[in-house]
Amino acid sequence: MISDPSVIGLLYLVTIACFVVALRFLSSPRHARRGNWVGGAGMLVAIATTLAIDGIGNWALIVVAGVIGTVVGVVGARTVKMTAMPQMVAIFNGVGGGAAALVALAEWHHVVEPGAEETVSIVLSALIGSVSFAGSVVAFSKLQELIHGRPIVFPGQNVLNLLVLGGASAFGIAAIAGAEDEWVLYLVIGLALAFGVLFVLPIGGADMPVVISLLNALTGLAASATGFVLGSTVLIVSGMLVGAAGTLLTLLMAKAMNRSVANVLFGAFGQVQAGAGGARADDGRTVRATTPEDVAVQLAYARKVIIAPGYGMAVAQAQHDVRQLADLLEERGVEVKYAIHPVAGRMPGHMNVLLAEANVPYTQLFEMDEINPEFPQTDVVLVIGANDVTNPAARNDPSSPIYGMPILDVDKAASVVVLKRSMNPGFAGIDNELYLDPKTTMLFGDAKDSVLKLIAAIKAL
Amino acid sequence: MSDLPLVVELTILFLAAFLGFEVISKVPTMLHTPLMSGANFIHGIVIVGAILVLGTADDTFTKVVGFAAMVLATANVVGGWFVTDRMLGMFKRRPEPRDEEKRT
Repeated sequence: MISDPSVIGLLYLVTIACFVVALRFLSSPRHARRGNWVGGAGMLVAIATTLAIDGIGNWALIVVAGVIGTVVGVVGARTVKMTAMPQMVAIFNGVGGGAAALVALAEWHHVVEPGAEETVSIVLSALIGSVSFAGSVVAFSKLQELIHGRPIVFPGQNVLNLLVLGGASAFGIAAIAGAEDEWVLYLVIGLALAFGVLFVLPIGGADMPVVISLLNALTGLAASATGFVLGSTVLIVSGMLVGAAGTLLTLLMAKAMNRSVANVLFGAFGQVQAGAGGARADDGRTVRATTPEDVAVQLAYARKVIIAPGYGMAVAQAQHDVRQLADLLEERGVEVKYAIHPVAGRMPGHMNVLLAEANVPYTQLFEMDEINPEFPQTDVVLVIGANDVTNPAARNDPSSPIYGMPILDVDKAASVVVLKRSMNPGFAGIDNELYLDPKTTMLFGDAKDSVLKLIAAIKAL
Repeated sequence: MSDLPLVVELTILFLAAFLGFEVISKVPTMLHTPLMSGANFIHGIVIVGAILVLGTADDTFTKVVGFAAMVLATANVVGGWFVTDRMLGMFKRRPEPRDEEKRT
């Protein structure tokens, strides 16, 4: 049993060091996995230290809760599909935030005559943790399609949201000012939960990368606030590391969509123009459909092919077949690269994980800024299930809702083949003028079917 | 637990924020999903709070709340770690089977 605060503090410092090293190792896929092991070791040190602190009891409860949590965690982590990773991260954000809020609640109940610092941190921890919990549950439900992924909007929504958040804050301030009744904190938690639900409801599927990152940041901050409640530096630092990661990713994702975070949260994007299918006939340009055989010839005799995958590819579960197609082309001496837009999936970096799972070597994956200068020297670009991130309107058309968004410059290649189910517009509900470009041909059909047909056609050459 | 002055704690918080930004801005886009799940795992550190609450609980209310917190935090830690490990294991320079295919 440990009772010396210095010893406890030192052991927690080991944990902090391990976490920082773990994050540092994530700078390259070569040693990232080792970093995760270091982080895991750090967590074990923290858990063991805490369990060994003098005065810890209720062992039966701790063990039972630990076993339940472990079983849930292992089963979840082992069985989750890589396409479902955004949901997984969302729900883990939620449980982390929920745990922080519960710890705050218990402390509020437990501590007699808390000081000002303690009350402020209890309120913050409960407030942020609850918002994160409820928001994550809604984000999870949307991604898992338990509820509709489209934005849910109603008049006066932003006003209501502000009122709810204001109410939660007001009761929080009341608690800090000295209202010691227990129900004050219940009200804070209740209103914060309501706010968490309300603020994620109007956000559509395409904006989920921003929301998940933000919820990640919030959960980190909640953990940090819990650290202030308990006077624990390991919680303060670790929570803040996560807060920084989440904040950075939130800003990156918003930038990749050329929108401010505020616009994502309060803008309710993507309800205009939806359903405007078909090529625009007014300027006389039309889309050209093509056949797998024609595309096979184009690909097989190209020098350089770039594949631009989007979430549509993942939905069709076509990533393994795409990798086969790429292998086949490489065997014929064609140079193949993948162009990954930052918001190609449903969360930051999602597309890279999906392709890595399909055994695509990460040395073939290129981010937008790296690959964009290469498109002019590329013979064929294969756009698979991607839409808005290839739309030249983002560069050319100031009236377009996505104007200014950084895109993959696929239209600069010698020719473009778009694999697409139909002419329906993408998530943002915007027509893509790439499809009307004379050097673009469309291969209609399910992405997986089309890729399989391409493989067969190339083998038959 | 340590009873550091608030100013010291705030200083630590401030420095941790900068450290976090510095370290995380070096993570390539390719690894952003594992970064998120790794961050998920790290905020599972609230398990320390859950153990302290549950381990010192002496009334039913605190026990129930602490128990729930402990379940959530453990699921967070364990799930976050395993899923990150699983993902990172998929990132390969040149997958082995492909090399063999080429040789034959």
